[in-house]
Amino acid sequence: MKGSFWHRLDNVARRLVPLGLTLVFILFSVVPLHIPGYSAIVPMLALISVYYWAIHRPRLLPPIAVFAVGLAQDFLSGTPLGLHAVVLLLTYGAIVSQRRAFLGKSFLVVWWGFLVVSFAAVLLSWVLASALSGTLIETRAGVFQFLLTFALYPVMTTLFAGVQRVIPQVARNVPGP
Amino acid sequence: MRLAVPFKGMVQRFALLSLVLAAVGLMILSKAETVLIERMRTGVTDVVAPVLDALSRPVATMAEIVDNFRELTRLRPENARLRVQIERLNAWHGVARRLEADNRTLRALLNFTPEERVTFISARVIADGGGPFVRSVLVNAGARDGLRKGQAVVTGAGLAGRVSETGGRSARVLLLTDLNSRIPVVAEQSRTRAILAGDNSARPRLVFLPENAKLVPGERIVTSGHGGALPAGLLVGIVTSAGEGTVRVEPIVDWDRLEYVRVIDFESVTLKPAPSGAKRRRGGS
Repeated sequence: MKGSFWHRLDNVARRLVPLGLTLVFILFSVVPLHIPGYSAIVPMLALISVYYWAIHRPRLLPPIAVFAVGLAQDFLSGTPLGLHAVVLLLTYGAIVSQRRAFLGKSFLVVWWGFLVVSFAAVLLSWVLASALSGTLIETRAGVFQFLLTFALYPVMTTLFAGVQRVIPQVARNVPGP
Repeated sequence: MRLAVPFKGMVQRFALLSLVLAAVGLMILSKAETVLIERMRTGVTDVVAPVLDALSRPVATMAEIVDNFRELTRLRPENARLRVQIERLNAWHGVARRLEADNRTLRALLNFTPEERVTFISARVIADGGGPFVRSVLVNAGARDGLRKGQAVVTGAGLAGRVSETGGRSARVLLLTDLNSRIPVVAEQSRTRAILAGDNSARPRLVFLPENAKLVPGERIVTSGHGGALPAGLLVGIVTSAGEGTVRVEPIVDWDRLEYVRVIDFESVTLKPAPSGAKRRRGGS
């Protein structure tokens, strides 16, 4: 089991891939694309990532990493600090506790699950943002954000599935919590 | 090993719960707008700013190329339109020259103290994409370039927003469509005062209008300069709908092409000598 120093370093690096990838996606999601109306409905790429890894390899994205991802999102997009952290952590917790229901199911079932989860996540962030601002924020942008996030799921998961093959197999077959 | 698994699950659940509570705590702290939270925010954006700066350049170039192609297809009608406009503007130019001369002589007669000169700090927008709940952007200039909280941010067209947080080399600009944006304005013709209040929609509302206010669609709205934070007379937008108690204003700034902005350093010239920096240049208001 004990490999050389480089082997272990390589392992650690590979294990950091899900977290690193999610942070990179957050960076990309705030870069101005100059597409009319896009900045208000940017898809929650971090949510797709958290959903995917919570089902397939929760060990590689522990709660503390999800917390960091949420804070990074809040820092960069200017939302109230902690808002995305709460939403992503609750999503993560819900998925990890139910992951047996998703494991080994067909892609469409998992995608359908994401429909429910992303709707709940956008709704929760709307409730939190509205409560923090003391007004009812208009909902249209939120609806489009949800639809766009849902639509991007297949593309993103194809990428994640490719990445997952690179990560060492040691952590596979470990029962989830 | 069999015993360890449920134990590990409990630890995981406990970690998750405490992190959720920590996040909720942060949310409440950030609502109170503590200095600590702001320092954290600006600290993080300062670190990421160079990366975002580098990332946003190729994207902006791509967007420009697409724009160029789109423009090529309608060069001819555009040209004709511009010719007509040049003729009309030439007439206005003459008028402006005459008025300027008039103004100068009248001011000399009155011993009028000249208006303070305004300094501009140019910055590039390096991040937007705040999602459905905020309307703000990050720019690649900060406190070391002379940016301070509350300064007006403009494009060539007019007012875009105000600086809301400043880090060393990055700053957040609260756009005037944001929920938290409040800008004292005045209607250019009727001189009706009001506050322009953002609500995250594309068209902010005018609030605190006097009861007898008569605003008609098409009227230009400019900053009033009340409160002293913003210079007076910056074009903000145009009244689009004025009925049923809510008057809405279409901002003059094209949000989709918000790439370079200028931050107006309004007070520093009168209060203290302006620091010299590479990004600084002087100009009239």
